[in-house]
Amino acid sequence: MVRLLTHNMLQCHVKNCTNGFPLRFQDPVIEQHEQEINKEFLVNMLPRIDWNALRTTVDQLGLPELPAAVPENPAEDEAFLAALHRALMEVNIQSGSMVCPECEHVYPIRDGIPNMLLSEDEV
Amino acid sequence: MSRPEHTAPPEIFYNDIEAKKYTQNTRIINVQAQLTYRALELLALPDEKTSFLLDIGCGSGLSGEVLSEEGHEWIGVDIAPAMLDVANEREVDGDLFLQDIGQGFGFRPGTFDGAISISVIQWLCNADKKCNNPYRRLARFFGTLYTSLARGARAVFQFYPENDHQVQMITSAALKAGFTGGIVVDYPNSAKARKTFLCLFAGQRDGQTQALPQGLSGEEGG
Ligand SMILES: [Zn+2]
Repeated sequence: MVRLLTHNMLQCHVKNCTNGFPLRFQDPVIEQHEQEINKEFLVNMLPRIDWNALRTTVDQLGLPELPAAVPENPAEDEAFLAALHRALMEVNIQSGSMVCPECEHVYPIRDGIPNMLLSEDEV
Repeated sequence: MSRPEHTAPPEIFYNDIEAKKYTQNTRIINVQAQLTYRALELLALPDEKTSFLLDIGCGSGLSGEVLSEEGHEWIGVDIAPAMLDVANEREVDGDLFLQDIGQGFGFRPGTFDGAISISVIQWLCNADKKCNNPYRRLARFFGTLYTSLARGARAVFQFYPENDHQVQMITSAALKAGFTGGIVVDYPNSAKARKTFLCLFAGQRDGQTQALPQGLSGEEGG
């Protein structure tokens, strides 16, 4: 499974590709897996999340929209944390692929496992 | 006993049969869990907090299950599809990636609170294909790992070094990538219980230079 939390941390690692973020989903098959909410973890991860990239991805996947900006006090905003949890932790991409916006390298996803292997001339 | 990394590349060696072994053999499971607990101890993560961790060479997810039990979120990477399939079947909680760690990682800077790796990095020292230059692969591996760790985070690798040259080759590649730290040996005087860990620091923690932890001593363990 590829959760959007993980996807948000991932950029293209092909040699000399400098702007490979965020990877674009192609033909994604989406599953929702319920998971217990861990608010403290979400708040801790927030500074590492690229918010614009997450919003773009959520939009691409046709999922419920996220607020334009992170609220000032996210730890106290229950509704925000619930929406964030659903997007980051419960959405799983089972198959399809991820495509680099710069070099167009395709990372296929099979059984929820992305294939990150590169060919020799891409290393 | 022949060393598996001499018989075939990991994605060939860890085939379906070998992968099943890793989840049905109680001894392997126990050893793997013990090593993972010790690696977690060496990571010295903040108490009572869910950390975001990378499991390098996660295999069938045995160490990942320990990470989940301890309340952490994790991503696992492995080069052997058969092992990842078993991890998938066992419905581990981490996200899995098919990846050759010698090609480096594509995680954004500061992604992880820590990284562990159990019985894996000795594989990086082999040139199993003509194009595989171990020095270059180690440099790329440690370089991209360093970037993907939060400042002050640690990476702990349990491994089975073949000889001193291999330890030096791995350690020097890690230091060149910017890590500090070094080797911790548990039970150095016991042939059976002796365990080697490479314990690396990606920068200072709380403004303090990090000190290398002590290895366990005595004859027990194992
Ligand atoms: Zn790219």
